[in-house]
Amino acid sequence: MQTSWIPFIPEGASTVSGKVDALYFYLSGVTVFFTLLISGVLTFFVIKYRRRMPFEIPRPIAGSHKLETIWSVIPFMIAMSMFAWGAQIYFQNARSPKNANEIFVVGKQWMWKIQHSTGQREINELHVPIGRKIKLIMTSEDTIHDFFIPAFRIKADVLPGRYTTQWFEATKPGTYHLFCAEYCGMNHSGMIGSVIVMQPTDFDNWLSGNSSQQSPAVAGQQLFQSLGCVSCHGANGEGGRGPELAGLFGRKVFLTNGQTLIADEGYIRESIENPQAKIVNGFNPIMPTFQGQVTPEQLIQIISFIKSLQGFKSAISNNDAGSCCESRAIDRGTTGRAAEFEIVQQEL
Amino acid sequence: MAETHVAIEHTASHPALQHHFENMEQQREAGALGMWVFLVTEIMFFGGMFLAYTLYRTLYPLEFASASNHLSLPLGAVNTGVLIFSSFTMALAVYSAQTGKRRAQIFCLGLTILLGLTFLGIKAIEYYDKYRDKLIPGRLFPSRPFDPQGIHLLPGANPRHVEMFYWIYFAMTGMHAIHMIIGVGVLSVITYFAARGRYGPEYHNPVEISGLYWHFVDIIWIFLFPLLYLLGRHLEHGG
Amino acid sequence: MKAFETFETPTAAHVNYINAQYGLKSWLLTRDHKRIALLYLGSISFFFFIGGLYAMFIRLELLTPQGDLLASTTYNKVFTQHGIIMIFFFLIPSIPATLGNFLVPLMIGAKDLAFPRINLLSWYIYMLGGVITIYALLAGGVDTGWTFYAPYSTTFSNSYVIAAGLGIFISGFSSILTGLNFIVTIHTMRAPGMTWFRLPLFIWAHYATSLVMVLGTPVVAITILLLAFERLAHVGIFDPAAGGDPILFQHLFWFYSHPAVYIMVLPSMGVVSELIANFSRKNIFGYSFVAFSSLAIAVFGFLVWGHHLFVAGQSVYAGMIFSFLSYAVAIPSAIKVFNWTATLYKASISYDTPMLYALGFIGLFTIGGMTGLFLAALAVDVHVSDTYFVVAHFHYIMVGGALFGYLGGLHYWWPKIAGRMYPEGWGRFSALVIFVGFNLTFLPQFVAGYLGMPRRYHAYPPEFQVFNVLSSAGASILGVGLLIPMIYLVWSMRYGKRAEPNPWHLPGLEWRTASPPPTENFLATPIVTWEAYEFAPPEEMEVIGKMKEEAKPV
Repeated sequence: MQTSWIPFIPEGASTVSGKVDALYFYLSGVTVFFTLLISGVLTFFVIKYRRRMPFEIPRPIAGSHKLETIWSVIPFMIAMSMFAWGAQIYFQNARSPKNANEIFVVGKQWMWKIQHSTGQREINELHVPIGRKIKLIMTSEDTIHDFFIPAFRIKADVLPGRYTTQWFEATKPGTYHLFCAEYCGMNHSGMIGSVIVMQPTDFDNWLSGNSSQQSPAVAGQQLFQSLGCVSCHGANGEGGRGPELAGLFGRKVFLTNGQTLIADEGYIRESIENPQAKIVNGFNPIMPTFQGQVTPEQLIQIISFIKSLQGFKSAISNNDAGSCCESRAIDRGTTGRAAEFEIVQQEL
Repeated sequence: MAETHVAIEHTASHPALQHHFENMEQQREAGALGMWVFLVTEIMFFGGMFLAYTLYRTLYPLEFASASNHLSLPLGAVNTGVLIFSSFTMALAVYSAQTGKRRAQIFCLGLTILLGLTFLGIKAIEYYDKYRDKLIPGRLFPSRPFDPQGIHLLPGANPRHVEMFYWIYFAMTGMHAIHMIIGVGVLSVITYFAARGRYGPEYHNPVEISGLYWHFVDIIWIFLFPLLYLLGRHLEHGG
Repeated sequence: MKAFETFETPTAAHVNYINAQYGLKSWLLTRDHKRIALLYLGSISFFFFIGGLYAMFIRLELLTPQGDLLASTTYNKVFTQHGIIMIFFFLIPSIPATLGNFLVPLMIGAKDLAFPRINLLSWYIYMLGGVITIYALLAGGVDTGWTFYAPYSTTFSNSYVIAAGLGIFISGFSSILTGLNFIVTIHTMRAPGMTWFRLPLFIWAHYATSLVMVLGTPVVAITILLLAFERLAHVGIFDPAAGGDPILFQHLFWFYSHPAVYIMVLPSMGVVSELIANFSRKNIFGYSFVAFSSLAIAVFGFLVWGHHLFVAGQSVYAGMIFSFLSYAVAIPSAIKVFNWTATLYKASISYDTPMLYALGFIGLFTIGGMTGLFLAALAVDVHVSDTYFVVAHFHYIMVGGALFGYLGGLHYWWPKIAGRMYPEGWGRFSALVIFVGFNLTFLPQFVAGYLGMPRRYHAYPPEFQVFNVLSSAGASILGVGLLIPMIYLVWSMRYGKRAEPNPWHLPGLEWRTASPPPTENFLATPIVTWEAYEFAPPEEMEVIGKMKEEAKPV
């Protein structure tokens, strides 16, 4: 899968692959230059100044502050140019765009389970249209995995117990490799698949051909009832003994300990698995935990359902929804503490 | 390169001078520096656990405070006093060695060992209490799985995360206790040699560097005590 | 080349540290740093051979895209064990425990290290750790990768994780004790007149390395203990279901393991400084810059661990800070490369085997270091992280860098250590074979990595095969090349030409005593009045303490 005219670069099929490749060429050029320079000078000196008489002692040269400065400052500046360029592309790509289509990914030993927000499920395959921003919301059922699409030049670890995200916009139809890139045990080499990029019309055809499956939101609604959430939160999330869930997603939440947060996927997941961690102001800590009773996929379905509930009195529009300001890194359950910051705070 | 060497003299030297050192001063300096470098490695070793403690305490403050309140403050405080006093007796032992007072050395060293054993004994009582109350984390004792029933949880604390406190408690105090046991062992050897009159004004390195080690173990405890025992007392008493 | 002979060449029977006492007990209970260095040399060579066998299996399996030679779990164990053995039981101790132990007292004019019994203890601890690890390998192996990431290692792996971890934990203390010994020795036991800035750069490099050993190793010790604790007791330190954090493991692990790579390469840089200066008979250009660069690398090396977590879920801002610092740590290494090159200007260069290794080091380390810059660039690292690009990068540093320095140093000081010369023709030949084989092995891996081939895969898509075949072909050449010195060095111990005290005619203190040295190193305490790398005619560089008239065979 190499580009037609450059032999050692994989095909580039996303909006960032060209940018990453350009930086790669710069780095390669600088490396080749300095390698040739050093090897060339070494070879030249080694030949020109070879020993001619035994025991000869050349005149000692102590050093030169001027040279030391030159060959410290210039490499430092080159290094800074590399840093700045790499950081710039990275930073631009760190935040998933607001209006991206969301696709859920669950990694488990040793397969990828993918679900589109319209319901289509895939195993080890990901169909996407070109020209649309796609955001992947990913988690793992067991150990750490990594979702790697070389053609898009993107990669992110997939962790148990939390969500990580990355986004892309595909630009060229074709079939590309999907690899797990974090060692995960016996069949790590087998945890591979394909990303199939299609023209928008072809993609829509594919979608409708697979429409027999429920969307996650519908499946989530069924779970919402069967698990008994309605008894406290109401059949439409209108609230009762438990807080209102309609319009919750992206809204500011006030907690009993005085903190505020913006409700996102991580907060909802935490409230289901560990409800005592954050109690909404004005409510009692009576919600039972569902940890172990819902699989990661079911969690995604419930979260999708809650996201779909429109609120009556939410003053905040979808622009403040969590997806606008999410970075590509982890959404922790504890993100709520960072309400003042648009970008969700992460780990060390 | 005219004068390139000095003949090695074999004059009478102190019996404790090791052959590869030039003189006692060099030997003393090397020993002291060696112990300081070793203590720095110990700081890095405990540092990893302090990092884990910082992380999880930040994440679960209420659970940590609840579990901390359940630890026995009297026993912890007594232990702190015991250790601080033992550092004092250790310093006296070093002084006795420097001034060549043999009986004072034996007495002070012996007292330090006794205090160290007292500390370990009290620790053993605390550990036993945890075992009895089913507060040993994980599945170390399958017949007594971790059960935070007996702990008064502050409002908002999640019982599932209380276990985090306990593994950090056992890891840190356990490592500390192992270092104390080693310290007691080292001091026993030093006491034996002190009783034989080995240490005096010209040679007391081993006592000094053992003292350094002992003070270090004491300092670690002085950090551990407030971080583990004193977290939530103000919360409990409505402060 | 024997124009200047100022004293009798000692005969076979002159008393030295090797023949001073005979018997196994005199070796196993020795306090002589030189004998301890040889004990290490033997054990390290053994572990290198084992690690090399594992490498052979990796390259054999990867000849074909299918996983057809080994079962998956077996392959996973093979690459894990290759990493564990090579890193913890070969690279980390290699130069410090063999060349360092042998030479540090000699170079500073001391009779031994500060703590000889601790030195011996460090070898026994190393052997104990090695034995436990070998037990883990033979009992069934470990398959977590040498990085032991949780939760796979704590919860999902069905292999001998705790045993392997215990072996590594124990061997870590060997590292700490060696570093402690070097620091105290260099501070307190330098001969009269040996000021800090007259020290050979080999000593500066080992001092910096010792700082890293002493500060970093305890952190991996506690990390492994916590890992074992979680695996045994299922406490949940790193388990999200219990409130733990798997990324905490990664931070703790890399906080040591990144500085560890500087433990592996700094001593080798020290060797290269010695080789470049001594085989061009010229002082190192910018001596103090090279000395301070070693310290700078040691310090900065502690600040960059997060570059292993760019795609692990670390925050964007942390990523940017670590990327910046990773570029900063590259600068002192660049300074060294330029200074070594400048040293050769108007020098008098000989083409002996050690010099070939030093020149190879400079070229290969340049490539390895610059490909590190690719990895420090956030956007590129996202693409190449966990691919063969990373594998190629670190092998350029570890083999092209650290191993080349080790081999160069071993050849350079072989006359001093064994009292014999190695066969120069074979030396040059094998250096060339190793250089060619090494590049053929690892250069294609850069390409495979950027094309997307992930690491730790035993089966891969067919389009990567051509690179793997080239790589495996190179590996076979490299393997043969590495066997040759093993053979002739051992051969030379009995049949090699006997060495004079100063066969290369150099000013360093280690050359101012017999080859091999007597147990107490020098016949008289040296007084140093000359600067580092101050070359002089051979008659001015005699054995210290030896009077011509008294020279007679024992």
